[in-house]
Order: sequence, then structure tokens, then C-alpha cells
Amino acid sequence: MISEPDAVPAAGATGSAAMPADRTGVDTVDRAKVTPQERQPYAELGLRDDEYDRIRDILGRRPTQSELAMYSIMWSEHCSYKSSKVHLRQFGEKAPPSDRLLAGIGENAGVVRVSDRLAVTFKVESHNHPSFVEPYQGAATGVGGIVRDILAMGARPVAVMDPLRFGAADHEDTARVLPGVVAGIGGYGNCLGLPNIGGEVVFDPCYQGNPLVNALCLGVLPVDRLQNKAATGPGNVVVLLGAKTGRDGIGGVSVLASATFDDASEQRRPSVQVGDPFVEKLLIEACLELYDAGLVVGIQDLGGAGLTCALTETAAAAGTGMRVWLERVPLREPSMTPQEILASESQERMLLIVAPDKLDAVLKTADRWGVAATAIGEVLAADQGGGRLHITWHDQAVVDVPPTSLVDEAPVYARPMREPGDLILLQADRAETLPRPATPEQLRETLLRMVASPNLCDKTWVTEQYDRYVLGNTVLAQPEDAGVVRIDEQTGLGVALSVDGNGRYTRLDPYHGAKLALAESYRNVAVTGARPVAVTDCLNFGSPEDPGVMWQFAEAVRGLADGCAELGIPVTGGNVSFYNQTGGAAINPTPVVGVLGVLDDVAGRVPMGFTPPTNPDGDPIFLLGATRAELSGSEWAWVTHRHLGGSPPRVDLAAEQALAELIAEAARVGHLRSAHDLSDGGLAQALVESCLRYGVGARIVVPDEFAADTLPFVWLFSESTARALVSVPRGQEKAMAALCREHGFPWAVIGVTDRSSGSLDIRRHFSVGLDELRAAHTSTMPRLFGGPGGAPAAPDNSAEDVGEG
Amino acid sequence: MSARVGVVTFPGSLDDGDAARAIRIAGGEAVRLWHDDPHLHGAEAIVLPGGFSYGDYLRCGAIARFAPVMQTVVDAAERGMPVLGICNGFQILCEAHLLPGALTRNEHLHFRNRDQWLRIESAGTAWTNAFTPGQEALIPVKNGEGRYVADPRTLDELEANGRIVARYVGSNPNGSLHDIAAISNEAGNVVGIMPHPEHAVEALTGPSLDGLGFFGSVVRNLAGVPA
Repeated sequence: MISEPDAVPAAGATGSAAMPADRTGVDTVDRAKVTPQERQPYAELGLRDDEYDRIRDILGRRPTQSELAMYSIMWSEHCSYKSSKVHLRQFGEKAPPSDRLLAGIGENAGVVRVSDRLAVTFKVESHNHPSFVEPYQGAATGVGGIVRDILAMGARPVAVMDPLRFGAADHEDTARVLPGVVAGIGGYGNCLGLPNIGGEVVFDPCYQGNPLVNALCLGVLPVDRLQNKAATGPGNVVVLLGAKTGRDGIGGVSVLASATFDDASEQRRPSVQVGDPFVEKLLIEACLELYDAGLVVGIQDLGGAGLTCALTETAAAAGTGMRVWLERVPLREPSMTPQEILASESQERMLLIVAPDKLDAVLKTADRWGVAATAIGEVLAADQGGGRLHITWHDQAVVDVPPTSLVDEAPVYARPMREPGDLILLQADRAETLPRPATPEQLRETLLRMVASPNLCDKTWVTEQYDRYVLGNTVLAQPEDAGVVRIDEQTGLGVALSVDGNGRYTRLDPYHGAKLALAESYRNVAVTGARPVAVTDCLNFGSPEDPGVMWQFAEAVRGLADGCAELGIPVTGGNVSFYNQTGGAAINPTPVVGVLGVLDDVAGRVPMGFTPPTNPDGDPIFLLGATRAELSGSEWAWVTHRHLGGSPPRVDLAAEQALAELIAEAARVGHLRSAHDLSDGGLAQALVESCLRYGVGARIVVPDEFAADTLPFVWLFSESTARALVSVPRGQEKAMAALCREHGFPWAVIGVTDRSSGSLDIRRHFSVGLDELRAAHTSTMPRLFGGPGGAPAAPDNSAEDVGEG
Repeated sequence: MSARVGVVTFPGSLDDGDAARAIRIAGGEAVRLWHDDPHLHGAEAIVLPGGFSYGDYLRCGAIARFAPVMQTVVDAAERGMPVLGICNGFQILCEAHLLPGALTRNEHLHFRNRDQWLRIESAGTAWTNAFTPGQEALIPVKNGEGRYVADPRTLDELEANGRIVARYVGSNPNGSLHDIAAISNEAGNVVGIMPHPEHAVEALTGPSLDGLGFFGSVVRNLAGVPA
């Protein structure tokens, strides 16, 4: 077939009128043998000259069109990790020993044991490029894809989270991308019945044209239900389960996710997959029933790279061969060519390996859930057919390859790296030297401006489009520091999850920026009272072909691996997204880090907001941790001066660990009514959020050592790490102070909660009513993105309080 | 013996497990029913749970009403069996003509999930007699197509005959006419409610325990306590 002039150079389409098709239009293995000189569109498919030569070496002939499509996909940056592999090894090499880890890097998702009986699996992945091209479907299928990864491990998906980054909040393209992305995430996740329990919404001009749409899914499984993807057992049947295969998503990973955006990107909409969450819901239920009945030998989801990836990875994992009759694949579009079928990224499909005597039972279960199941192939012994993957199309061989050559023998590059030339100057330009608010009136104004700024404002406009209640196990959800989900109703066992990243910090110092992302996520989990145990990451960067970007990447990976080693928690899996770049302009390097923690009983979780005190004198408020003058890379520097420079706050993982232990112990003995981590926006933001959560005011006294000059400002807006704001039941403040001393952790009593004043009062400086704070905090998103908006009606929040839309 | 309350699972049902949990917490026994099986397996009351039955293809609830179990449910409802449709279940009850009117796209066009105050207007139904009329309840609402609409005559009739079971208080989350959150049939055994009482049954996971009133009502009824 011939591509239309402006169409995607679809993997499979010849794209070249110079290649005469034979009578059936199919390029067969036999034909490839006799037409060695035929020109092939490998460059258009993203393969380099030497990569193409290697394919010819492996096969001893030119590849067929189908084979070429398969290699171009599997050897793409997105699938092969060819630029990142040499760095990612550190996650394994530096990982602390863990007896909890049942499956790690290289599997569809890491699996962590949390009790004798139960394990959880979680992973974060990117769907950045598709979400820019087609926001709704891009984001929706991002959710669908990560959910299938979790499902493939044998787990029931139980929650999702979405870290999102967009261009400037008031840019017109953000007004196109954000509502579509949010509606897509909600449209898919809500329909799957998965609570959305947290995430991030961040704005920065560096993401203009390159929004970051990352999706995390959490699943739960009995430890003995763990599945794997190996296609073991010669004679076993290869079954394709789920939706029909169509032309959508062809070139998704190779053309879209493995190249820099350019003017033609808008024309790549057909490379974005189209999702149907209803089919995915049925697929989930069908798979879980198959697992429980012990009907599946191996399973792999079909995501990026579709059937190509699933067939080669299952065969390569088992070291077996495979025979596939491609015409048996149910098609949405009967005119599809073999290479299109192999490259399609149609959603809601899984590949099963099934013993022949279980096939009937599998088909019956699929039928009960109304999901199509089709036997399309057979596992071959390693010594049978040379352990190769044989694919025929109406009796003609179109593929004959060693599966490992696509999976394990992809090229690996140690790309050149060089510290960006502007970094020294950037680091020298410190925010600590910027003009600061000095008078009480200026401080008050700064506070109101900060809480209304796009990155710090209330995100209800986004999160109320997500179902957070479904499944009935959501104990904490946004805007809390971490999502907390109960996973065992009998014992109360649960997990806490947070995802965090700060592209500005990482731009200023990639090594420490990655550690800071880890530290924040770890702290967010810890303040709920949970014990952090494992990490997942989504590494969003520009083009690996730019030595400056590659240096940022290498530094960030080194920082994250070192940080995990220091904290004693392993990276269990994740994803790399390169080419987040339009022309020469790359995004700020943005590692997004997810930390998973365990709560033995979720009833002991600590919420972030000041709760109405039972004592009329209010509950004492403690600030835990040390505050330094750290303003570089801060939200304040950005909001008030549009400034990015200097060095990010010092990261101290030993202090983070000590804070986590202190909070866990304080929560255990009942010293905490609330705990909220300090991060973007510093203490001021934490105070405002703690007050607004349940409408409880506070009276705060600036400590003496911060009383002079502009130090009250530093105390309120510095972003020093390893800090938390906690409130303690009246009467237990002495015991709490003793506990802090025992742990050798810095602390100060900075005030009391105040049920009746309805204001946040910074003594001797300023006071601001909660109504005014709420109006400032909640009106930004509705103003930017329309709709009725405003804060949700809460018991203490009459309609008059709601910000104007 | 505790009251047996059936919960129907359609393909795409999502809150079926939550409804079953709520029934258990209220002291009843949850009986899981399958869309393709017309038998009610001894259930004495039925909950049609929330979700996206059949993917909301065609129109919310439009396909579910033809499921084999629904014929049995309709017959039983007409003979007086208590039936509660929550969210998508409410949509199914309207499609099945057990309740008048229809649920349409939210006025603001977004899916919206928030904790919502309701006022229980009628305690005369099988599902609300544990409440006192005028009592307020905090129940999560979450839907994309929850805006209740009906022609003026139907609305007048609902108003006149006390068939508006609950109304939104404070802000109306979806543009429902007359702030309607829940209605009943004439006999009061069939109730459709847009918000999700099954998500307000545990202090740990819900904004309140107010949802228990709905399940407690039917459990008490079936145990023979007069309404």
C-alpha cells in the first residue's frame, strides 16, 4: 500500500512507491530473500543506518516489511531504553536489599509484599506526546495502559494518580490541553471504577508544547496470584483477549514518543490510540477470574508496540519460539496489512498463554464477560523451529525472527553528555538576593498572591472531575499529602502513595533535584503515619541526542539511585520519557517520583488539616525541622520575580528519615491530630492549607530568631526540606516535645489552632480571614478554565464563601 | 434471619461491591445478582448500583433495562418489592419506566465528585423511613449525567404527592430541576437517587455515616418494623 502524502509514516506502510508490491500486496520472507536490494523506509521509521545493517546481519537477509516494522518499534527509544539503559542499571546495582520485592525492574510493574498474604504493585508511566496531540484520548489511554500493566502482574487495580504538568496557566494552548487531559483521565478512570487518590497539577512555561501527562496505578494481589509474562510450555496456546485490532496508534511509540515535536506533530493524531474503558473494565474482571481459576500460564498486556511487543517479550522471557497465524487476529478494519496488525496500539487487549486443556474454560470465562478471546498461535520449544517467532499471513511467512533479537539485543548507546553551558551562571544567580517583602502589609499581600498562584492554588476544579470514592476503600485522597487506600477490610492494612517532582529544582541541580523529588514524595507518605517501602519513577526529559539533556538525565538517575540507597527503599520500576522537546527547547528535567508506604491499620492515618479542637484553648501547633534561608528555585521566586536561579534547597535524607520515624511514632502513640508536609510555598502554604481543610483558624507566633528584618518572610516562605507542620492534642504537647528531643529532631511550638477566630493570625505581623484566604485560593482555576468552579460545599462552608467563577 | 438485599451486577457496574458492603454494615445480608440471570435468589429488596452499565452506550441505562434480571426486577417492583437505584441505577429505573423523567448531562458538562448536603423531603418510602422529614444528610455525589429533568406536569405531580425524596441543599451540583436528588414511585417502594449513600457508611472512608439511613430503612422494613 502507498501512504498518503501527509499521513503518518506508519510502521508497515511502505511509504515508498519504489517498492513494487507483489500480487497479494504482502512482503513475504521468501520475497525478501530474493529481493535483497529493495530500498526500505527504515530511516522514516526511526532506524539509523547501522541499526538497519544490524537487522540484516541478524536475519541474514533484508527484513520483510513486517519485520522492519517490528524492529523499528522494539528498537525505538521508548521500547528499548537504548539511551537510558546504561544509566538505569544503577537502580539495580545500588538498590538496598529487600525481602519485600517479589518482582522488580523489567517486569510490567514492581511487586512488593506488604503482609504474609498480600502484595501490592504500582508503577508510574508517561503518556506525554499523545496527550499533547490529542489531549482527551492521549490522557485516557495513558490511564488504560498503566492499568493493564498492573493487571498483568495478577493484581486487581485499586487506585490511580496523575501527576500533570502544563505550560503557562494563562496560555491559550493550556486552555486546550488541560481540560481535555483532565476529562480524559476522568472519563477513563471513572468508568473503570478506580478511585483517583492524588497527583499533581503544575504549570511552567517550559512545558508549553510538551505537557507531561504521567499516570500511576496501584494494584493489590494475594502473593500466590503473581503472574508472569513467560510463554512457557511448548504446545501451549497463544490467546488474544479483548478489543478488536484497528488502525489506531500505529507509530505511537516509534514515531510519536521517540522523536522531538515539530510542525508536523499536529498531523500525527492518527498515531494516538483511542480508548474504550468499558471494554477495559470487562477485561479486568475476565482476567481476574482467569487468574483465580488458575487458567493462565503467562500474560502480557498490549500497550505501546502492541502485538509486536507482547509476542516477542513473552517468547523471549521464556526462551521459546512461537508460531502465530496473524489472519486470526480479529480486526476492526478488514483491509489491514500484516505490518499494521503487528504495529497497531489498539487498546484494551491482553495476550494470554494457555494450556490446551484449559482453552475451553478460558473462552467460556471471556464469553461470560462479553470479551472476545481468540487463539492466534502456539508456543514452540526452543529446539523446534529454531526457537524463532514465525508469523504467517494466510499461509505466507511474513515474519521469521529470533524473539530475543528484538527484546534483548536492541542497540545500547552511551550517548555523549555535557553539563549545560549556562548552568554555572544560572546557579550563580541566587534568589536569596532578590528584594523581599518587608512590611506586615507586604507580607500579607505576598501570602494572598502566593495561595492564589497557579501552582499553589486549590485544584478542586481538576480533582472533582475524578471519582475518589468508588471501591469504598479511599481513606485519604487529594488534597491530602498522600492518597491512602485500605487493602484489607478485616485488618485495616493499607498503603499510602504520593507522586512528586520539581522541574525547577532539577533544572538548577539535576543530581539533587532528583533526590529532592524523592525526599518530598517520601515525606508526603511519612506524614500520614505510613512507613515508606518502595519507589517508582517517571523520568521526563528532553532529547537524549542533546548532550546537555543526557547529562541532566545521568545526574538525575545517579541522584535518585543514591537517594534510594540512602533511604533503604528500592526503585521497583518506572518509565523513561525522552524527546519532551519542541525544536531546540527542552523541558526542565522532570523526574517524577512515587513512593509507596505501608500502614498496618489505616485507622491510624494522620490527616493534613487542623481539626476542630475539642479544647477551647486550641491545639498546640509544632513546626518540626530546621528552617534555613532557602529561596532559590522556590515558588515565591517564581511567582513574584519570575526568577529561576541559584541552588535548590539542601537535601538531607537522614533528616527525612528521622522525621518519618518521629511522625510514625507520634502517630502511633496518639500525639498527632494533623500533619502536613512543607514543600512548595513553604510554611505559609502549609498553614493556609491546614487551616482551610476543615475551616479551623490558627494563631501563630514568629520565633525570636526569625523576628528581625525580613526574617519573618524567610520563615514563612523558605522551602527548606525535612519539615512538617503538626498539631497536637491539647495536654500532650509536653509528651510530644519529649518525643522530639528523644529523636534528636528540631522542633518549635509556633502557635495554636483557633476554632472561633475564623482567621490565620501571624502575631505582630498580619491577620487574614479564612474567607478571604479561601476566596483567593479557590478562584484561580475556575477563572482560568471556566465552569462554575468554586470550592465544594462543605459543612462549615456556606455558599457565600465560595469563590466567584 | 437478616434481610436479604440483592445487588445487581451489570457489565460496567462499579459500585456494586460498595452497595453490598453498605447493606452488610446496615445489618442486612447482601445477595449478589447477575444481569444475565433472571432469578433473584431469595432477595427481598433490590439495589441497582452505580457505574457505567454497558459502557453507557446509546444512553445511560438504556441497555441495562433489557437485561434478563431487569424483567424480574420490574415485575417484583410492581408487586411492591423495595428497589433502590443509585446513580446509574436511577438512570436504569427511569429507562425501565419504574420512575418518571430522565437524567441528562450535568448543566456544566463536567463529571463532578463532591460531598453534597441533601435534605430528606420524604421519610415515607421503603428506603428513607429511618430519617425524619427535613433531616439533612451529607452524601457524596459523583456523576456526569445526573441532572434530573421531567415535563412540568410530572414535576408538579412529584411535588404534590410527596414523591421528591431528597433535594440538594446549598448548591445544586448538576442543574437538576427543582434541586431533585431523589424521587420515588407512587407506592414509595421504588426510589432513585443520584448521590451515593453507599459511600457514606464508614467514618474512615466517607464524609459521614448518613448513607446508612437508606440501607437501614429497608433492612428494618423487611424485619417487620412498621414504617
